[in-house]
Amino acid sequence: MSTVPRHTALDATHRALGATMTDFAGWDMPLRYASERDEHNAVRTRAGLFDLSHMGEITVSGPQAVNALDYALVGNIGTIGLGRARYTMICQEDGGIVDDLIVYRLGETEYMVVANAGNAQVVLDAITERAAGFDAVVRDDRDAYALIAVQGPESPGILKSVTDADLDGLKYYAGLPGTVAGVPALIARTGYTGEDGFELFVEPRHAETLWQALTEAGKDVGLVPAGLSCRDTLRLEAGMPLYGHELTTALTPFDAGLGRVVKFEKEGDFVGRAALEAAAERAETAPPRKLVGLIAEGRRVPRAGFPVVADGKVIGEVTSGAPSPTLGRPIAMAYVDAAHAAPGTSGVGVDIRGTHEPYEVVALPFYKRQK
Amino acid sequence: MSNPQQLRYSKEHEWLSTAEDGVATVGITEFAANALGDVVYAQLPAVGDTVSAGESCGELESTKSVSDLYSPVTGEVVEANQDVVDDPSLVNSAPFEGGWLFKVRVTDEPGDLLSADEYDAFSSGN
Repeated sequence: MSTVPRHTALDATHRALGATMTDFAGWDMPLRYASERDEHNAVRTRAGLFDLSHMGEITVSGPQAVNALDYALVGNIGTIGLGRARYTMICQEDGGIVDDLIVYRLGETEYMVVANAGNAQVVLDAITERAAGFDAVVRDDRDAYALIAVQGPESPGILKSVTDADLDGLKYYAGLPGTVAGVPALIARTGYTGEDGFELFVEPRHAETLWQALTEAGKDVGLVPAGLSCRDTLRLEAGMPLYGHELTTALTPFDAGLGRVVKFEKEGDFVGRAALEAAAERAETAPPRKLVGLIAEGRRVPRAGFPVVADGKVIGEVTSGAPSPTLGRPIAMAYVDAAHAAPGTSGVGVDIRGTHEPYEVVALPFYKRQK
Repeated sequence: MSNPQQLRYSKEHEWLSTAEDGVATVGITEFAANALGDVVYAQLPAVGDTVSAGESCGELESTKSVSDLYSPVTGEVVEANQDVVDDPSLVNSAPFEGGWLFKVRVTDEPGDLLSADEYDAFSSGN
């Protein structure tokens, strides 16, 4: 990977806003603009504006695009309706998770796969290789799109004021082409914050126009620019896994508690099928460590990699941890032995630099929005 | 950002007030507070602890990371700021005032503490 960080089309805007920038998966991205806690709370109660242009878009089209994706991914791509989206995963032959993805069906025979920034190349390579035997074209569209997200309860109103698209008819996990602030956009009702919100895929040359229009449209309802730091605490509260933390090549979807994304009932073979069938069977007979939520009784923050302990023994490991602005206490996701995974299990702690701090075991998510 | 002229500064980004009756106040600079992000937990040295110049004597936890708190001088802690323990965001909102961290009876100090102007140059990378 190049050591020179890449810049999004909105780089100058972030700097003008005084953002603290950080290297993320080879991109120079805004970490926060002022206080990450204020940004987090704005998304929960009003709205936040995110630059997510580092995400990796891959377009798969052609008569057998759906067959290629059904073979390459673990989900049932054939059942995605036109204009809808699906959360799915791409696995190795041994069942290990390569990445978690969102697949949008943009046309009868056209799909867009959105991969995490850090995995975009490996996902592109894998899909390209796996699609080779099918009548389908795999296109690297990473440079074709900037991605701007507006998230939070005020986001429908904000977006409505700058588009004629039928947002009321746009369901969660759906996407449609439209015009926003005068520029063509793919408008998707998806996000990674636990709130209602939209992700807008536009040509990079239009990113600045769209960002400014949304900023203007949201200024009276408290929209603020929001960085990757609050995106992490928002997704953590919402119990959403993050690649490299809750998901890795060392885990199958069944180990991650996400076996439901694997669709054995779909027709034909897919990469990882045999290993995943074995993993599903293993999970039945010998339950793997379970992904749980932990809420601190004190104020010290658990971090990824910290041991989870009970009776002086290590029973698991923290995968993500942060102070939760919504709960007002530190929270974590952790894989723990099944015997300690039930909500309310007592005597569980996290080893924080040598001190065993008490934690409450809870079911995920920590936060669910009121609909 | 302006670093108060009457304070002295360490390269670990603490500030130190001029000792009155041998007791000086220690905090972290606005530069350091900004770099940390929102401080959510402060573990301060306890009254009676002996702290040593340049050595860790506590920790400051922010949303994204935990950082050691160093003492800019050697001496005995005579007060820790309970307000900061109760509300760590004071470190961000008022690093040079209500967000002070502890008071120390100074027995020794290193010779490399910086003036406000020197620290300004140091922290801005000049």
